[in-house]
Amino acid sequence: MEKLYKFLKYTFIILWTVFIVAPFLWAISTSFKDFQSVNSKVTYIPWLDFEPTLEGWRVLVKSPARGGVDIVEPYFNSLFVTCTASLISIVLGTLAAYALSRFTFKAGFVRNNDITFFFISQRIMPPIVLSIPFFIFLSTIGLLDSLIGLVVVYIVLLMPIAVWIMVDFFNRVPKELDETALIDGCNPYQAFYKVVLPNSIPGLIVAGMFCIIFGWIDFFFAFILTFTEVQLLPVKVVALNSSITPWWSLSASALISVAPLIIVAFVVERYLSKGNLSGALK
Amino acid sequence: MNFKHKYVFLFPGLFVLIGILIFPIIFTIRLSLSGWNSYTPEMNFIGITNYIRLFTDDPRFWESFFRLSFLSVTTVILQYIIGFALALIVWREIKFKRFFRVIFLIPMMTTPVIMTVIWRTFFHESLGPVNDLLGNLGVEPILWLSDPVIAKFTVIIVEVWQWTPFMFLLLLAGLLSLPKEPFLAAAIDGASPFRKFVYVTFPLMAPISIGAIIIRLIEASKIMDTVFVLTSGGPGTATETSSFYIYIKGLREFQMGYAATLSFTYLVIMIISLTIIAKVLTKLMIKK
Repeated sequence: MEKLYKFLKYTFIILWTVFIVAPFLWAISTSFKDFQSVNSKVTYIPWLDFEPTLEGWRVLVKSPARGGVDIVEPYFNSLFVTCTASLISIVLGTLAAYALSRFTFKAGFVRNNDITFFFISQRIMPPIVLSIPFFIFLSTIGLLDSLIGLVVVYIVLLMPIAVWIMVDFFNRVPKELDETALIDGCNPYQAFYKVVLPNSIPGLIVAGMFCIIFGWIDFFFAFILTFTEVQLLPVKVVALNSSITPWWSLSASALISVAPLIIVAFVVERYLSKGNLSGALK
Repeated sequence: MNFKHKYVFLFPGLFVLIGILIFPIIFTIRLSLSGWNSYTPEMNFIGITNYIRLFTDDPRFWESFFRLSFLSVTTVILQYIIGFALALIVWREIKFKRFFRVIFLIPMMTTPVIMTVIWRTFFHESLGPVNDLLGNLGVEPILWLSDPVIAKFTVIIVEVWQWTPFMFLLLLAGLLSLPKEPFLAAAIDGASPFRKFVYVTFPLMAPISIGAIIIRLIEASKIMDTVFVLTSGGPGTATETSSFYIYIKGLREFQMGYAATLSFTYLVIMIISLTIIAKVLTKLMIKK
């Protein structure tokens, strides 16, 4: 019985691991193929099944004029939009979360919990509902197809996440901490800045990681609100898909686009194992 | 503790969020009462004509809504079961624990549309590896993307791959934060692993489970990226979800007024149904 259980357990996680890894292996293999090895028959292992070439990767750094796919600029655009929006969301979200965790707000029937719910509930908003008015709004003020326009939209996507994680986190930071600071003669801002914030770094890191993940992986707003001036990474890669589909450069650019955040998986796991994440996520 | 300073902390975030959102929402409501389309791109007033059209003469919207409900509920249930099983396995000591934990987290860090582009080549009906490997086993090629029924399952497979890690992460974080005493007590009583799960782990995890399921349902209800790249809503309308239908009406056919009507109705339905689901789940799971 014990043995059977163990066998099933390992079979299950090994199968799941294969399922998770399969598309990556396929993409890696495909990125070294050429026209012949993609279109004649299905091939898997380089040298054995097909002769690998670096063409798929070389195209990525060539200029578009010479038949390349310029992925460098979209890369930096994505980086800029994600980081700026995450930073603004974290700053504003953390301040709001602190207020919601420490002070009592009352306005008519609205209490702290309702305000927190208002923040978090913005995640319910389907992107499509916002996209049409934003499309018209941004084109009226001339920010359609610009980085700033996207940052503004991404704040709506990311601030709820920051508030969600930070409210829970601050609720776990003992109140005595700021009370002592206040007795010692700090004003509320100093108490927050000098005492609470340094004790909240794990929470801030988790919130930051989540903001960066959800900013980096967004496609829809970037797709609707930008055209030619500004292109974000996901839009660029998907655009490759709709042409005659050179699978090799498609795979190479896809791999390069998802690579940076895979590091985040390692960071998340570290926090998980140290037990810091459980507090920040519950 | 109560200060007038408290507003200094709260208001910047609150006002930025409201400031960004208030215009789109009011604008959507106003737009939904207009006949804005590519022939008359102006904010005229046609009353509730659009709403009448939606409720009496647009089965395609309601079909897409039920399809969305089916897809998101199915994927979330699968994610919950698989995610919980994975979390339980790597919660305890096991060989290569940290390796498996990292692997199980990776898909949620990857961009859905970009991975979907890969999945599309993966499920390609003549040049993809799935049909090729199955072919070696003597299975007829499966129409992953062009059969109306199978295409739905392909979308589900991709969604489960992409988002089970999120469920896994929330549940594992929850498991790791559980108190130790109930488990010790169960061990002293000599409870079998199965009974331990039913009477100790599951009840303790109920609040966390509810949170995780609701968060995932909210996110799953926005399925759009995957469908957009994988099948473009096809074959026919077999995988078309509400968001995708609104997108077609609004930004492809430029029936902005009608698309706003759809958007607003959709938003209201989402808020109501998610609130009901949250209430029902809380009742069902906490009672035990």
